[in-house]
Amino acid sequence: MLHLINKSPFERNALDSCLRLAQDSHAVLLFEDAVVAAMDGSAQAECLQEAMNRLSVYVLGPDLEARGLPKERIVEGLEVIDYDRFVALTCEHDTTQSWL
Amino acid sequence: MKFGIVVNEGPYQHQASDSAYQFARAALAAGHEIFRVFFYHDGVNNGTRLTVPPQDDRNIVERWSELATENELDLVLCVAAAQRRGLLDEGEAQRNGKDADNIAPGFRISGLGQLIEAAVQSDRLVTFGD
Amino acid sequence: MSEEGTIKKLMYVNRKAPYGTIYALESLEVVLIGAAFDQDVCLAFLDDGVFQLTEGQNTDGIGMKNFSKTYTALGDYEVTRIYVERESLEARGLSETDLQELTYEDEDDDWAEKPSLHIVGSDELAQLMAEQDVVFSF
Repeated sequence: MLHLINKSPFERNALDSCLRLAQDSHAVLLFEDAVVAAMDGSAQAECLQEAMNRLSVYVLGPDLEARGLPKERIVEGLEVIDYDRFVALTCEHDTTQSWL
Repeated sequence: MKFGIVVNEGPYQHQASDSAYQFARAALAAGHEIFRVFFYHDGVNNGTRLTVPPQDDRNIVERWSELATENELDLVLCVAAAQRRGLLDEGEAQRNGKDADNIAPGFRISGLGQLIEAAVQSDRLVTFGD
Repeated sequence: MSEEGTIKKLMYVNRKAPYGTIYALESLEVVLIGAAFDQDVCLAFLDDGVFQLTEGQNTDGIGMKNFSKTYTALGDYEVTRIYVERESLEARGLSETDLQELTYEDEDDDWAEKPSLHIVGSDELAQLMAEQDVVFSF
């Protein structure tokens, strides 16, 4: 399953709930305002790093760039992807769940 | 791969419609089929032809209309959500005694069954919202 | 209505309290309409979505339609599996006794009345979610 998160974890609990209920080997994509969760050194970084031990976590590059967040400063090991890869990810996973 | 796309929020207020559009374009470019784009809740506001955004901004409604024309997309506005928010096609306007209709080219109004059908018939359902 | 033979596992995931936004009401609408499609349907209530099922809702003071009784009719639409996450309830100071009683009549068991609402832990809910073909998010 591919989990889509589009809200900042500093504003909503979508990422929290998703990480509570995502099964091992599931994938998570941070996009729109959720990309702020990717910043290294943030209050969310540790939680994200822990999640990455059992989940594949991706972040949408165009949304990072739009918000002026440089790729060099995101949590190590996060994969930055574009829309083409976003589409490919939805194909690779049988189900997509949006945490609205 | 056959995609169903759901847009839950109106244009400009949320990024949902923009993200859905970028996703749809990328999916089409990769050779995938889009079975239907279903606009639900405030998302029905993406289907009014009366929007007049500033010239230096993107025209979200026209962009969907053009994508629909170029790729024969099925853009569906949820009828109950549309009626609540004053989005009417010619038939709905007449039936409800209203003096105007406002649906943009490429969009049509239909029921929630179209959402379920999109979920059942598509290989993937991807939802964009708030 | 659906293509013959296509039966998918559909889960409606409800994460928002009622009335503050329209999503809870709309979710019910889709569930009711969707019943005609004969799919394998279940509902999940987690996070603030658990407030949708509370007993004793009264909307007189806010001038909005109280749709909470519709949940008790879901059994008639063959919606027989309604899951509520225990952790979400507890985090909000709620327990099962705060929720409406939801039941269905089992046609395979001489129409015996059975509970359709099940309180499940995060692990079980996670397992159920992972099994779905389609997740509708509200």
